[in-house]
Amino acid sequence: MLELMQQIVNGLSLGAIYALIALGYTMVYGIIKLINFAHGDVMMVGAYVGFFSVSMLGTNIVVAMIFAMLACALLGVIIEKVAYKPLRRATRIAALITAIGVSLFLEYTTIFFLTPQQRIFPQGTFPVQDYSLAGISVSNKDIFIFISAILLMVILQFIVKNTKTGKAMRAVSEDKDAAVLMGINVDNTISVTFAIGSALAAAAGVMIGVYYNTINPLMGILPGLKAFVAAVLGGIGIIPGAMVGGFILGILETLVSGYGNSLYRDAVAFGILILILLIKPTGIFGKNTGEKV
Amino acid sequence: MLKVNEIDVYYGAIHALKKLSLEVEQGSIVTLIGANGAGKTTTLKTISGLLRPRSGSIIFKGVDITKVPPEKIVAMGISQVPEGRRVFAGMTVLENLEMGAYLRKDKKGIAKDLEEVFDRFPRLKERRKQLAGTLSGGEQQMLAIGRALMARPSLLLMDEPSMGLAPLLVKEIFEIIKDINNRGTTILLVEQNAHMALSIADKAYVLETGEIVLSGQAGELMKSEEVKKAYLGG
Repeated sequence: MLELMQQIVNGLSLGAIYALIALGYTMVYGIIKLINFAHGDVMMVGAYVGFFSVSMLGTNIVVAMIFAMLACALLGVIIEKVAYKPLRRATRIAALITAIGVSLFLEYTTIFFLTPQQRIFPQGTFPVQDYSLAGISVSNKDIFIFISAILLMVILQFIVKNTKTGKAMRAVSEDKDAAVLMGINVDNTISVTFAIGSALAAAAGVMIGVYYNTINPLMGILPGLKAFVAAVLGGIGIIPGAMVGGFILGILETLVSGYGNSLYRDAVAFGILILILLIKPTGIFGKNTGEKV
Repeated sequence: MLKVNEIDVYYGAIHALKKLSLEVEQGSIVTLIGANGAGKTTTLKTISGLLRPRSGSIIFKGVDITKVPPEKIVAMGISQVPEGRRVFAGMTVLENLEMGAYLRKDKKGIAKDLEEVFDRFPRLKERRKQLAGTLSGGEQQMLAIGRALMARPSLLLMDEPSMGLAPLLVKEIFEIIKDINNRGTTILLVEQNAHMALSIADKAYVLETGEIVLSGQAGELMKSEEVKKAYLGG
């Protein structure tokens, strides 16, 4: 029992990271019905911005995270304007292929300029300390990741629920034409959505840096795909769904690694994707509404 | 107040509106009647800026709005109650109404107009925290009207507000439209229910396959043999 609790606690920080990335996937899908496969790579760029902020500017990890979020918010807006906006009226598959193109572009541009070598956060960036609580050990890394992720999710929830911009985002997700008739500027609202989603991914990127201590230009691929699974698991387009899906996936993965074989970890994640698509394609929180015409 | 001059609108290769002209005078109710597919909704969408005419112009309060983006047109005072209501189903009644006032910054005025909408539609007040998708068809129509009024428009475009409603509700909706007009809002009303529309309108246009085929005072059109035959059931 104690060990199970321990595994779940271990899974929380990984789950929080998946949840943050999944939020960007789901928000973008909600508003322009695009699976933004470049999202994991935006996270990677965020990790690098955080890395350079720590190693070159000598900032602490919190400041690094804020820099990364600002940089990636801008990157997200640029990607949307340059790559996706011209395809607003194109078929969905065209946009999807473009997203894969953007993903490869980010990966290999990073490799070109920064080499494919992995980088290690400088010693002492995050001095690790372990605590023991009722027999369960947690490190300050895990606590840091978990608390900052929850904080970001609370802020996001507040923005989406209570601010004018957040309400406009929901209105545009529901019905673009009706939103336009309210006087909402749809293009700006989409930009804001990309900015917020990308900033969350950047935060997750810095967290992964803290979690594994190393980063590399292809680090976004697997967490990106898993966050996509998490978003689908929760119900794509549904914000609380992405959070729950992220945590479920993170905890499941840790359990598989802890009790079974860590080599099966990834297989389990994608096995889940296949299962949801077979059993309940709309995800945990999804309603079976079908596409509105 | 609104002048549509010979607009041509296309959906791909389909010529949806052919040199359509109409005029709405300040303070009046003007109705556009016609069968399904005649181009009524297209006309309203073009006025709102959701569709662009290939030629012709739209003048509102003396300003050419033909190329003005739709959100600016709302800011200029044209709101629309779209066909099929199009309320934001996953948002609450109150949030829907707030969206109607999206462009306004006068908090006091918004609060006052919200009270007015709630006075007019007490059902919406009772259900202000409820998701709009859970409302009945009639309530959703009232919400769509209330939402459009929250922008405090000088011209209200209404697309088939009676569609899919029970006869008793249809009567109520038309009384509401009349009342909104009495309080100073000009209305351009698109309807399939020609009888009801003509009974409250000042002026009417009859649309057939993208062209205006008849126009005149609503009372006169009601007596016209052609209109009687085609739209009033004999």
